[in-house]
Parts: sequence; structure tokens; C-alpha cells
Amino acid sequence: MPSPLRLRLQHAVRPFRSASRTARVLVTVGLLITIVFGVAAFLAPTFYRYDGEQYRVEQPDGSFEQLPRLAPPSAEHPLGTTRDRYDVLARIIDGGRLALAVVLFSTLIAMLIGVPLGLLSGYRGGKLDRVLVTVMDAVYVFPPLLLAIIVAFLLQAYFAPGVPSAAAAVGVVYIPQYFRVVRNHTLSVKQEPYVEAARSLGAKERTVISRYVLFNVIQSVPVIFTLNAADAVLTLASLGFLGYGVQPPTPEWGYDISQAIIDITSGVWWTALWPGVAIVTLVTALTLVGEGLNDVINPLLRARGAAGAKLDAAADGEDLGEPANVDPLSPGTEDGSGPGLAGRGFRS
Amino acid sequence: MSAAAAPSPRTSSAGPVLSVRGLKVGYRTTRGPLWAVDGIDLEVAPGESVGLVGESGCGKSSLGRGLVQLLPPGAGVRGSVRLADEELVGTSSGSLRRRRGEDIALVFQEPMTRLDPLMKVSTHFVQTIRAHRPDVSKDEARHLARAALAQMGIPPTRVDDYPHEFSGGMRQRIMIALAIVLQPQLIVADEPTTALDVIVESQILDILDRLRRDERVGLVLITHNLGIVAETCDRVAVMYAGRIVEIGPVEHIFSDPKHPYTQGLLASTISLETTELHTIDGYPPDLVSPPTGCRFAPRCPAVMDHCTRVDPTLTTVGPLQEAACLLYPGADGAAVTP
Amino acid sequence: MSGGGSSGGSLRRYLLTRVALTLPMLLILLTLVFLLLRVAPGDPIRATLGDRLSTEEIEARSEALGFNDPILVQYGRYLGGVLTGDLGNPLTDRRTTLGVIADTFPATLELTLFAMMVAIGVGVLVGAVSGRLRDTPFDVGGRLFGVLIYAAPIFWLGVLAQLVFSLRLGWFPTGSRMTGFDAPRDITGLYVLDSILTLDGSALLASLHHLVLPGTTLGLVIGGIFVRLVRVNMLQTLRSDYVEAAHARGIGERSVLFRHAFKNALVPVVTIIGLQFALLLGGAILTERVFSWPGMGTAILRFLEARDYVGVQGIVTFFALVVVIVSLLIDLVNGLVDPRIRY
Repeated sequence: MPSPLRLRLQHAVRPFRSASRTARVLVTVGLLITIVFGVAAFLAPTFYRYDGEQYRVEQPDGSFEQLPRLAPPSAEHPLGTTRDRYDVLARIIDGGRLALAVVLFSTLIAMLIGVPLGLLSGYRGGKLDRVLVTVMDAVYVFPPLLLAIIVAFLLQAYFAPGVPSAAAAVGVVYIPQYFRVVRNHTLSVKQEPYVEAARSLGAKERTVISRYVLFNVIQSVPVIFTLNAADAVLTLASLGFLGYGVQPPTPEWGYDISQAIIDITSGVWWTALWPGVAIVTLVTALTLVGEGLNDVINPLLRARGAAGAKLDAAADGEDLGEPANVDPLSPGTEDGSGPGLAGRGFRS
Repeated sequence: MSAAAAPSPRTSSAGPVLSVRGLKVGYRTTRGPLWAVDGIDLEVAPGESVGLVGESGCGKSSLGRGLVQLLPPGAGVRGSVRLADEELVGTSSGSLRRRRGEDIALVFQEPMTRLDPLMKVSTHFVQTIRAHRPDVSKDEARHLARAALAQMGIPPTRVDDYPHEFSGGMRQRIMIALAIVLQPQLIVADEPTTALDVIVESQILDILDRLRRDERVGLVLITHNLGIVAETCDRVAVMYAGRIVEIGPVEHIFSDPKHPYTQGLLASTISLETTELHTIDGYPPDLVSPPTGCRFAPRCPAVMDHCTRVDPTLTTVGPLQEAACLLYPGADGAAVTP
Repeated sequence: MSGGGSSGGSLRRYLLTRVALTLPMLLILLTLVFLLLRVAPGDPIRATLGDRLSTEEIEARSEALGFNDPILVQYGRYLGGVLTGDLGNPLTDRRTTLGVIADTFPATLELTLFAMMVAIGVGVLVGAVSGRLRDTPFDVGGRLFGVLIYAAPIFWLGVLAQLVFSLRLGWFPTGSRMTGFDAPRDITGLYVLDSILTLDGSALLASLHHLVLPGTTLGLVIGGIFVRLVRVNMLQTLRSDYVEAAHARGIGERSVLFRHAFKNALVPVVTIIGLQFALLLGGAILTERVFSWPGMGTAILRFLEARDYVGVQGIVTFFALVVVIVSLLIDLVNGLVDPRIRY
């Protein structure tokens, strides 16, 4: 007799196992890359000699020898060094950890505000709903990067720039997304027979919301989370590039690229190229996870994709539907490459 | 048809307008090919109306699409479909395109999504007419459109409205008007009234009936509704698992069905005399690996020992009536499975 | 568009509804801007000039500029100012905010318009062909482009573009707009347009020469999103009921492709353009920084650096107005393109 925990786990991975192979490969590859970024920073001291903020090496006699300035890639510094004598590879490794930390905290902030507000708005309805929807829509149409800059700018007056304030600035941007998805989902779940049944049986409102509505609505959160995570990496880098990220000289990819602009005029390319490659890699990895998860969680969309079409399309004139949904928050269409959340990329 | 511009040059012959021989329609699946239509012979005379009935998944829609070869990529058609003595299977996509709409028209089940939402109704007509008759001017085409709509009972003044401004029944009438505006010899109607209410349904059926009487259009009516067949069709073909199991004049088959499946199908419909509703137990077979022998054998109440070994062929069981069942002599033909 | 009087009437009603729905959103946006940039920082004079002026001077200037009035009075004055086109006077610039905007907005508009044209051109073309040629090498390439360009930070692409096309190949300048010396006579402030209006060929070439690199960088990035969207829509419309019905009527392949599939696939794109516009403005800030483009992004970054809350508030207010107006315009275009919307 398997333990309840094991049953639960099996239940949780079932959609994953029944998903298409493409979706599983996407998720696996994406996760692997993300994990490499996450783990590398912690293991770096064991396999790499430099630290992201290190610009000199202690000699056996106790003196310090500075690292070279703008050294091209070599065996000693595989990706070269920067104007400030930092090792580029070391900064990329550390920057990955920072990016993941900010992503985690920022989406957490967005979730903690967006999800409860969405639940409340969708469940209660009425005036509260109308006001909240208008406010969130207003925030949503505003240029997200500008919003993040303003929040970071305001927080600068009170806090030293660091992970918490960067996470807050990035997170604010995504609140409307969680709000909208959760609210719309709540609206539809509210009409479900089992919720109405629970209510008619006299269940407390809190029980109904937490047990029946939240449990169902929460399933749409992971997809938004992973797609937002990809976007958040770009937002953080943009903030860093403009000087509203974390405190220098903390390694941060966007800030490093901004420092590298001067270098390119003298033909130095490695300080600008590699942080960007790191961003592209991590964002792509997170996007893969998000789109793969989308396929896994919404198998209906997948069934409309390549595999099913040939067999079913002619069977008794089924409805193949309208063009892709206009609502940018509807999870992607078709083979997960829909406008979806990715449509509202930060494009930083 | 009065609405026509120039009478289309068609080979007037006494023969059937449609002649199907050994038609197979298949799809690729991950488990192997699936023959949704597996060897069908069928003839339709000018002005004749043939009903095609069967459960969902029996292949009747695939047959309808196979006739015009309007199939998803990866699907295949084998056998022969001759329309007014000209072969359709294996012809170039260009000549196929020219014959669709011109000689053979398809009316679909779901009228709501069949018209381009961004296009005025008139533009649908102009586009269709000029795709086949490039020398017809836009004004002439619009004139034809008005006439065809009027014939379907739609005010010609609404010719410039958009599809979403019409009700479902009106859209289906527009679809039929689009289908007949070029005076095809054959209309294939796939569940044309399933999505509509009863009053609209009878209007649509009246229209189809009038077309074949007045314009001598052949009609293949695909439906699961036996009542519609009884009302509007001359002959009926009963399909099961990709094959025709019984075919003949409507009045004979409805009064004296020979095939156990037809009997079951008729018994499961509700009529005034119904006291007890019959159902046929079981499910249609998996067509990727169909059973040997008679495909209905596993569900047949009159099943015999050799039914699972011998594949029955259509054999005459009454005046103009044929059934593919081993209860009747001649059905075992030569097609004995090894 | 349509001849019927009823359609015209419903279009008007549709537009009025949109305007009515937009007003509360605009009010909320303005209120948020006011709360964030006027209320949250406390005294803007002290925040901006606190380290340069004495307490008395700050007090005097605050009093003179009305920052000591009750917050509701200031709120009313702010909204009134927006209505009358007065966006305040920055503390660190001699010009009014509106003057700053008048000087910088044309540069941003020129950049974003060029970028949008590149984005739509690339996105629609690659997306539609990808959708039509599904699973061919072209499609795989198009999708790869969409994914990678989405993942690439725009400022990084800008830096790489400078490195390759300006420094290595020397095709384009590394940045900045055309210098005043070559600039055409100022009519709209859009140099390309002004050059055309004044029939100034050399100015046209020079302005394009400066515009191509930043504009294409920004446009390609936004275009990646269009590629994905148009491709998916194309796949969907190609399988739609009306496309099948058109095939059944014997409509030619090209006509089905363009009149039915392509046209319908573009409808959602119009809406997305509206959303992308907000991203475009964000992207413009980054692009302007990389290419030293003297637009609104550069202006707001300068005010932010100087901690000039009044200047920031003024420019952000303008951004909010632009965003709202654009979304209204998009609704209008949508109503014209898609007859189903004007119910």
C-alpha cells in the first residue's frame, strides 16, 4: 500500500508523464539549464578560482596582486576581465544567482498581492471588483519598464539598492497579471456546480474560497510564474543597465553590460558579449519551462496541435475555433507558442 | 436555375451524376493507418436524393469529404469518384479546385463559423463566382448573389451585411445559396440542419428538396436523423464502421429493414408507436485494426458462427434493396477471409 | 466602412463606449502618478535640492510653488494642469515640462514609428510564411528567431549592433540623432518626415543613416513577438471552418491564403500592437540610452538622475496620456477592421 504522500506525488506528476514528448523535453532542458545557473554559484568556489567581486589575488607573502584590466579571454580568464579588473566568468556565475534570487522574490511579491486580490475580486464581484479591475488595467497598460524604474527610484530614497528593493520593483509589474488570471479563473470556478453545492450546503465563505476556489484557481499560477520568471530576468537586467538594480559592484548582468559600453569603442567585445549570452540562455531556459508546462497543464491545447489534427480533423465537422485569443493573459494557444504571457514580454 | 447567368456547359447524360467505386478514405494515426471509409460503391442519379445514415464515427462525414477530397493533410483517398463521368481521384489540385463549387458543392453542419467574419456576404459570392467564371463582372456577380439569396428567402437588400448580422438558420441558407449559385450537379450536405432548430430545419430541407426537383441537382444528405431521411430522401445507405451495410429505397428499408444493424438503428428511434426504446449494445470497432469477418458481428443479436470469419458483401435482398449480411444468400460472395 | 447607416451608428456607439471606459482608467492612472511621485516622496523641493539650498530657501520655494498647500488642493491643481496642458515646471531645467516634451518627443516618436514599421514588417512576413510553411526549415528558423530575440535584452543587442555595424564595419554612426548642422528645417520634428517635406535629399539620407541602427534594433525585438503571434494565428485560421468552406467552393489557393487566412490572422495583431506600444516605449528608453538618442527616455532618465520629482512626474504623466490615447486609437482601428466588434 503506497503512502498517501507517494500517491499525491504520483498524482502531481501524472499530467507530466502523459504529456507529449516535446513538452517533456522542453521542461527538462529548461529546468536543467536553470538548475545549472542556480547551482553553479554555490559550487563556484570549488571549481573556479575567482569571485565575482574579486579584483586582486593574495600572494603567498601576504601582498596583493591586481588582476589585469580588460584582459582578453585566455586560459587564466576564460571569458576575459573587465575594466575594473573583475573576471567576467566569475561575474556571470554570481550574476546568475542574483537573477534567480530576484526572480523568485519578485514573483513571490507579485503572487502574494495579485492572487488574494484576484480571488477576492472575482469571488465578491460588485463594486469592489469593478474598482480593482480598473486599477489593475490602468497599471497594466502603463509601460512596465517605466513602472519598475519609478518604483526602484522611489525605493532608493528609503533603502539601499539590494535584492529586496530590486525584487519589489520587478514584482510590481506582474501583479496585474496574477490578478487578472486569478480573477477570471475565480469567476468561472464560482459557477461550477461543486462550488455552488458547497455554498448551498452552508459552507463558510472562507472554506469555500480556500478549499474549493483557491485549490482550482491555483493551478493556473505555475504557468504564469515560469513565463513571468523569464520576463523578470529581463526586467532586472534592464533596471541594472539603467542603474536602478542592485548596488554596484555586486555582479549583475545588466549593470555589467552598461559598464561595457565604453569598452566596445576600443574594440573590447568580451565584456559586453558574455553577460548578454548568459541572459539569453537563462531567459530561453525559463521560457522553455513555461511553455512546456503550458503544454503539460493544458493538454487540451496540445491535442489541437500537430499530433491530433490529422486523425480528428475530418471527423464529424468539429469546431476548430477562432483566431488566437486577443487577451494577452490567456495562456498561449495551440502548441504553446501562442501570444500567451510571452506576448507581454518586457522586451528589455 | 433562374438566377444563373450563363448556363454552364455540362455533359448532359442519362447516367448517374455521381458514381463511386471502391472508395477508401484513410488517416494516418500513431498506431497505423485508419480507414474511416473502407471500400464503398454508390451512385446518385440527377435529381435523386440519397441519405447516408449511421452512428457518429461510422465514416459518413469522411465519405462526404472524400467525395470532394477536402481532407486534412496526411489523409488519403483511394478508389474512384466519377462526377458526370469525370474522375476526381488522382486529378491535379488545380482541376479539383475548378470542380469544387462548380460541379459539386459541400454544405456543412455548422453554419455559424463557415462564413469569413471579416467579409461581407456579397464578397463571398463575388469571390466564389469569379473564382470559377473570371469573365463575370463584379456587378453581374452581385446580381447573381441577390437572386440566389432571394431564392433562399433572404432579403437581397442584406447582401452587403456581415455574417455576424445573420442568425444561424439564415447563415445556413446563405451557405446553400453559395453552394448553388454556380448550379452544381451534386450537393453533398453534411448534417446541414443539426445545429438548427426544428422550424429552420424544415425550411432548409424544403429548399434542398426544391433544388433537386426543379434543378435536377443530385443530393447526398449525410445525417444521423432517420426522420429527415424518411422525409426527404429517395434512397438511403446505412453505414457501419466505414462500409455500407444496407442500401435501398427509403420506403423499403424503413418498412422492412434486412440488416440487423438497420433493424437496431430503426428500433432505437422514437416514433409515435414507441413503447420501449431499444439500444444497440456495445461500441463500433476500432478501425485501425478492424475485426475479421462482419464488422457488426460483436454487437449483432443474430450473430452466427461464421460471421466472425466471413466478410459479407452487399447482396440483393429485395426490390432494389441490398444488404451485407450473411443471413442472406449470396452475401458470402467470394470474399472469404483466410 | 460599410455602407449601411446602422453600421455607422453602431461604430459611433462603440467608440463612445470606449471613450467612456477610458476616462476612469485615465483618472486612475493620473491619480497613481500623483500618489507615487507627489505624495510618496514628501517635499519635492527638499528631495531634489535639499543638499544645495538652505532650509529657509527650501521653505520659501515650497511655499511659492504651492507644495505646502493641502494635498487635495494640489491634486486638483495637478488634474487641472493636465486638462489645460500644464505639466509643471521641472526644478532642474529652465524649460517647462511641456517644453522639454516638445523638444524630445519627436525624436522618440520617430524612433518608435520606425521600429514599429520594422517590427510589423518582419513579424507579419516571417510569421505568416512560418505558419503557412509549418514545420519546414523556414518555420523552424522563424520560430527560433522568435524565441531567441525574445530572450535577448534590447540594450545588449544595441551594444552588439554598434560593435559590429558601427565600429567594425563602419556602416552607421554609433549613436545620437543627426547633428543640428545637417538637420532639415523643423516642421514636425521628425527628421525623416521633415526631410521629405522640404525635399532635402541629403538630410533624408543623413537622418535615415542615424535612425537605421537604433530603429532596427528596437523593431526586431518587438518583431519577435509579432512573429510568434502571426504564426499561431495563421495556423489557426488556416484550419478554420471558413477557410475549409472556401476550399470547398473552389476558391483559389492564393485567394484563400490572403483574403481569408491572412486577413483574419491579422485582426488580433492590431490589438497586440496596442499592448506592444507600452513595451515599445519601455524599449525606447533603453534604446535611447544605448544610442544616446535625445528623446523622452533620455529626458526622464536625466530627471530621475537629478531626483527632479516634478520633472519626472510631468514626463510620466505625458507617458500615461500617450498610452491611454494609443489604446483608444487601437480600439478605433479594431472597430474599423473587425465588424463583429461594433455591436
